[in-house]
Amino acid sequence: MTDSLRQALNRLRAFFGKERLDMDLDEEMAAHLQLAIEENLRRGMSPGEARRQALIRFGGLEQAKERHREARGLPALDILIQDLRYSFRRLRRERSFTLIAVLILALGIGANVAVFSVVNTILLRPLPFRDSQQLVRIVEKNPTAGESSMTYTADATQDFQQQNRSFQSVSGYFAFTGPDNFKLIGKDRPVPVTGILVAEGFFQTLGVQPWLGRSFRAEEFLQHAQPVTLLNYGFWKRQLGGDRSIIGQAINLSGMPVTVVGVLPETFDFGSVFSPGAKVDLFTPYIMDDFRDDGNDLALVGRLKPGVSLAAAQSEADELFPQLYFEHKHPEYGKNYTGRLTGLKEYVSGKLRRSLLVLWSAVGLILLIVCVNLSNLELARAAARSKEFAMRTALGAGWGRLVRQLITESLVLSLAGALLGLGFASATTFYLAHQGSIALPLLSSLRVDARALVWTLLLAVTSVVLFGLAPAFRMSGTNIQEALKESGHGSGDSKAHNRVRATLVIAEVALACVLLIGAGLLLRSFLRVLDVDLGFEPSHAAAISVDYVDGGNSDKRVAIWQEIVRRISMIPSVEAAGISDNLPMSRNRSWGIRAKGGDYDGGKFQGVFVYIVSPGYLKAIGMRLIKGRDINWQDAPKSEKVLIINETVARKLWPGHDPIGRIAEVGGGDARVIGVIADVHETNAEDGAGWQMYLPASQFGPEGAYLVVRSKLPPATLAPSVMRTLRQINPEQPATQFKPIQNLVDHATSPRRFFMLLVSIFAGLGLLLASLGIYGVVSYSVTRQTQEIGIRMALGATQEHVLLRVLARSLRLALVGIALGLVASFAVAKLIASLLFRTAPTDFATFAGMALLLCAVESVAGFVPARRASRIDPMVALRTE
Amino acid sequence: MSKEKLDLLQGTLDLMVLRTLDALGTLHGYGIARRIEQVSGHEVLLNQGTIYASLVRLQQRGWISAAWGTSDSHRKAKFYSITRQGRKQLAKDAAHWERLSTVMGRVLALQAEGGDK
Repeated sequence: MTDSLRQALNRLRAFFGKERLDMDLDEEMAAHLQLAIEENLRRGMSPGEARRQALIRFGGLEQAKERHREARGLPALDILIQDLRYSFRRLRRERSFTLIAVLILALGIGANVAVFSVVNTILLRPLPFRDSQQLVRIVEKNPTAGESSMTYTADATQDFQQQNRSFQSVSGYFAFTGPDNFKLIGKDRPVPVTGILVAEGFFQTLGVQPWLGRSFRAEEFLQHAQPVTLLNYGFWKRQLGGDRSIIGQAINLSGMPVTVVGVLPETFDFGSVFSPGAKVDLFTPYIMDDFRDDGNDLALVGRLKPGVSLAAAQSEADELFPQLYFEHKHPEYGKNYTGRLTGLKEYVSGKLRRSLLVLWSAVGLILLIVCVNLSNLELARAAARSKEFAMRTALGAGWGRLVRQLITESLVLSLAGALLGLGFASATTFYLAHQGSIALPLLSSLRVDARALVWTLLLAVTSVVLFGLAPAFRMSGTNIQEALKESGHGSGDSKAHNRVRATLVIAEVALACVLLIGAGLLLRSFLRVLDVDLGFEPSHAAAISVDYVDGGNSDKRVAIWQEIVRRISMIPSVEAAGISDNLPMSRNRSWGIRAKGGDYDGGKFQGVFVYIVSPGYLKAIGMRLIKGRDINWQDAPKSEKVLIINETVARKLWPGHDPIGRIAEVGGGDARVIGVIADVHETNAEDGAGWQMYLPASQFGPEGAYLVVRSKLPPATLAPSVMRTLRQINPEQPATQFKPIQNLVDHATSPRRFFMLLVSIFAGLGLLLASLGIYGVVSYSVTRQTQEIGIRMALGATQEHVLLRVLARSLRLALVGIALGLVASFAVAKLIASLLFRTAPTDFATFAGMALLLCAVESVAGFVPARRASRIDPMVALRTE
Repeated sequence: MSKEKLDLLQGTLDLMVLRTLDALGTLHGYGIARRIEQVSGHEVLLNQGTIYASLVRLQQRGWISAAWGTSDSHRKAKFYSITRQGRKQLAKDAAHWERLSTVMGRVLALQAEGGDK
């Protein structure tokens, strides 16, 4: 074995020492011949004969050298280098072909790598936690009332923590944190900060270690403990200048000194896993004893013990959860929890699987179209090069050698395309990763990783197989004599050859048609989503988080809120202003409601979304009061409690009756219904409205406050005067952003927008490539038929006649492709039916519209060469060759 | 002796070169080629040039060594000689050939059975 190794090393050395070895060999062979000639002379031959005999006995000099080199070096590599050198020369010469091919490939491969990276990040890659397959999210089995029915009380959580045998640990976080719930008070203006309360053991459960400092200690989860916080890496860098000495120091959060105990690692992004699109700045302990009376507010995450299956844990949960009390202090509130265990990964990205697979398929189609297109271009080139190849065959190049040359060329193109595509993909993923406004999980960790690189290589090689092999095989069928005899551009292009190219174009058009119709259906769904009556008017309204200090006194709060609303309403151009502690399509929270004396669902409390608002809020946000009146400032803390309900609640609790004036039990007391509003989409535009109620902030305790202002002026223009007014009322008002309400809607629709946009871009690309395909084929055949057309024209064919003839050829190709594409689209549309919104998978308008669009674009693509054909000057055409 | 010369089997040339060097000591390429021609009684079809592929192969495996020197006729030439490793390899290959040719001989000497030919 060592001999073979030595040989391999020597071969490698010989590969790099070619020149010296060749010289050596030349000398040695010259000596050989001299020795032979001398011997022949000694035998009495004439000098001429001696030399002749020596050469004959030696055999072919060049062949001998070649065999020596093959035995000596790395012949495969030598050939590869030769082929590469030749390929580069050729591709440089055909610059426009190379440019187009590389660009098309780069688009195709780049789009694929970008989408693969998204799929990889969201679906394939495990969550960025240690042994993340053990992590489980626990929610109610039939969540009916938003977050509140996906969370648990402090008591229920603690009971489950103690009773279960399946989990190493169970912890959770406070699920009702709105953005900017703290303000960081420093030397400058207060800065709005988003902080999440996490229960004991939250980071240990996830397996996240602080990057700096330490995690929370058990005693920090007890009441009256010294307040502490863990900082998000980005927040620490941005707001605290990455100061390491901050550990152990106190920062001022909303007027309270809070000690920083640690900084979390840069890779930990709470928002991307638990609340896509949200930014979180810091974490503080969730102290159970502070929240015992507050109802469901913990979102639970658990880590299974090693070896415990999800099914086993689920069956344990099925026994335990129904036995958990809502609140120990009030056993009469009962116990009727359920718990559905879902792998955290599945919980985070399971819903997106279908959309992502569709996206992945769409982009795969693009690559297919790219390959078909290139295959076509290559075929055209191969036809033009058939003479060159015939010549090389005649000179002794084997078939295998020529195919190898062609494949090397394709590989060079494909790798160049892949490299450029990788650039595109990196730019795209960078953009997407730093785009905070798309509510897709894990997007912030999007990048082109090693797996994506392998994928790129795989795509490049696959493309070569798809587009490089066809011409190689075609070439093998050429007859040398025929090819050599053929003079220049005759009409000698074989019928079979044309048929292959036409088939490829038809396939391309059909694929583009499928893409277009898929994109069309998604676009229509998206438009339908935008058309949904949300129950409020997002345009011309903006909201800002307002800070105020009321010391828990409702009279004081009413005074402050009234002052804010009054002063803001006085700003010119403000049409309406009001305050709510919750905005639609952002955080949601629910309480229980029942009609006093009513028997809906056996008189049980029903989950209902709660919004605690000021007078004027409904008008400011654009909700429509159908019956009764809005809340006003006379609904004081001490007067009769009132509430406004939505149509759904009215219909369910008081069917067939006027709900105005009826009594409902909410928030532990009675309240009189004073108004009914049209249903509002509280979580997103696509699901229907749930149960909602609006309570006056004077009578019920709000959690935070968002001032909503309706005005024709853009929010940016209005912001300074709003901020000035707020600062006059409260100098501590942090510099929170004045954001259009439309942002909330956009955020909720962003995943759909994201998918729709990408599929549309791919469809556009497909359309472009298909037109290029038609253009290429028809244009090529016009060039090949220049003489023929010239003769026809000389014989009296009119320009129109020629134009129509060529155009008809394009249209024939396009129509066959479209027909096939329509049939395929019916099947594909069924597959994506679940992604559509109020759009039938067989939507006639989309099918017809897209077919027409494709037809029109392809006609234009065919018209260009047709026009060129009609402009052919018969004299010139006949004279050339 | 037939008119057609024998085509060399793959790998046999290497063995011939080794054996020649083993028997005759140091030789240049031309000398090796001539010896093989003479010993084979001109029955082997050998383009002398092909010997150089064999020589470089053997050399790379470390079975022969090469050095420039001067011939009897005071001409500069490259001389080859077998190495210790080459001798070992030669013994192995020669034994292999012996066995193979014995077996081949026996097979070819088989009497036709049943008489149907």
